Amino acid sequence: MTGTQPGAGGPAVAAGGGPALTESGGAEGELGVGAFSRSRRGRLLRSPRGALVTSTASTLVVLGVIVAAFLLAPGSRAVRSTYFNVHDMWRAFIGDPHEGFYSVGRGLVVNIEMFMIGEVLILVLALLVALVRQSKSPVLFPLRMIAVAYVDFFRGVPLILVILAIGFGLPALYLPVVSSQSAFVYGVLALVLAYSAYVSEVYRAGLNSVPLSQIASARSLGLRPRTAMRHVVLPQAVRTIIPPLLNDFISLQKDTALVAVLGAVIEANRAAEIYSSTVFNYSGYTVAALLFLLLTIPLARFTDHLIARDRARRLAGAT
Amino acid sequence: MIRPAPRTAAAGAAASGTSQAPATGSALRIEGVHKAFGANRVLKGVDLAVDTHQVICLIGASGSGKSTLLRCVDLLETIDAGRVVFFGHDVTNPAVDEILVRRQMGMVFQSFNLFPHLRVLRNITLAPVKALGMTVADAGEEAMALLSRFGLADKARDYPDRLSGGQQQRVAIVRALAMHPKLMLLDEVTSALDPELVGEVLDVIRELAAGGMTMLIATHEMGFARETATRVVFLEDGVIVEEGPPSQVLDAPQDERTKRFLGRVLSAGRM
Repeated sequence: MTGTQPGAGGPAVAAGGGPALTESGGAEGELGVGAFSRSRRGRLLRSPRGALVTSTASTLVVLGVIVAAFLLAPGSRAVRSTYFNVHDMWRAFIGDPHEGFYSVGRGLVVNIEMFMIGEVLILVLALLVALVRQSKSPVLFPLRMIAVAYVDFFRGVPLILVILAIGFGLPALYLPVVSSQSAFVYGVLALVLAYSAYVSEVYRAGLNSVPLSQIASARSLGLRPRTAMRHVVLPQAVRTIIPPLLNDFISLQKDTALVAVLGAVIEANRAAEIYSSTVFNYSGYTVAALLFLLLTIPLARFTDHLIARDRARRLAGAT
Repeated sequence: MIRPAPRTAAAGAAASGTSQAPATGSALRIEGVHKAFGANRVLKGVDLAVDTHQVICLIGASGSGKSTLLRCVDLLETIDAGRVVFFGHDVTNPAVDEILVRRQMGMVFQSFNLFPHLRVLRNITLAPVKALGMTVADAGEEAMALLSRFGLADKARDYPDRLSGGQQQRVAIVRALAMHPKLMLLDEVTSALDPELVGEVLDVIRELAAGGMTMLIATHEMGFARETATRVVFLEDGVIVEEGPPSQVLDAPQDERTKRFLGRVLSAGRM
């Protein structure tokens, strides 16, 4: 490249040294980009208008292909009348006690109840499990072992088996109090036990993400371990785990539907099941699916928003 | 507050014989301290005495054991052998509650280690309130007085990440001072700072020294050590090679290793 000028108005990089720079840079006007020019396609994708046009077009093409495949499929008509029948969807949504089926919409309220109660209990139980696992005290050794076994067990067993075991197993024991609860209580209990195992691991990751220097700093100030945990470590840990926690709660929201296997809890999924077996049309399930999406999608967007905000804060802090 | 050690430390003569005014008492005696991390022997028998109102500067290359020594004194590390005597108490005795000891020592770290989720004022009042049982109002008042003294009063309501490195480190020093420590341990407190911010932090330390604060300071700032230190202690490879007044250790070192270290510092333009 020695001596060859990269075209007229090209950037004065190598050639000549000092004088070349002042010559081409002297005028205040527009400078060409010469050999550094971006390809035409690259330029199109980078202009704001080009980007909008391109993204709209590609979205339409993709959606078009999916819808066409669905409509043109040999069984399309049958599927549409069985799963997407608007009349059945509406009937399933509002329910009709005289016909012997329940409202999927009202069932969803039960899902939300299970979610809300379960969420609070999970946050508390998972934190306890995480703190026990993080503890160093020799007195707590047996509890630590129990916590490890608990997490290993409930993370390994499919949720539906946990629900069946608790929902049908505990009543079969004929114990006082324990065996005489409603299916709703057993369902929530199963969700809490299974999810606390996962969430305790999220807590633990958060606790471990707090730098050791923070702990050294708290100790050097003469804070007791419990105080340091409560006022220094835990607040910082919770901050970092909010997005993964919300992810788990999105899963929890939809997994409340699994309690349907107990039969006695008329939540959205169970109501849809009853509808479909009464009317022999599956549109009730579609309604349930749509209702769940209605709940989980805002939660997912909210999580994204928190992640973006956290990232922005981190970038700002890095300067 | 510290439980008295069972044996009275009468064997204090072991501490290296430096001439001192009889008015000052012994603040800290480090006696034959060994510390290893696995196979890595960091401290190999360190003896050091600090009297009240003295400023001792620890110098030496990275990895010579300065930070580990300070952490051992603050009881953040458990020593393998030897003992640490703090105002006449053997604080390395297992019967001692190290938390009570740490409340009387102020430690400041190279990386500030302010609590990022708490405002400056709360960073400072947390330990006085939670460890000493002061009321929030009293601790806050005292913290504001300290912040004003070091020109940081307008930062009280800010979060640490809004502050410059120099301001953060000054807040970290104030946070340690809020516990009314009898001894300050400063671990290379200017090493993580941009050069133009070093001065403001050193000024704070100079002021503490002028006020009679007893300090053990690990530092690479030779100019600062020369003007502020009562004694300079050169550490290499886990042992004290040489110690004495700054004029002696920095300007007329006796030991070959000290000469070599200072030669390197000099050629790096840091003196």
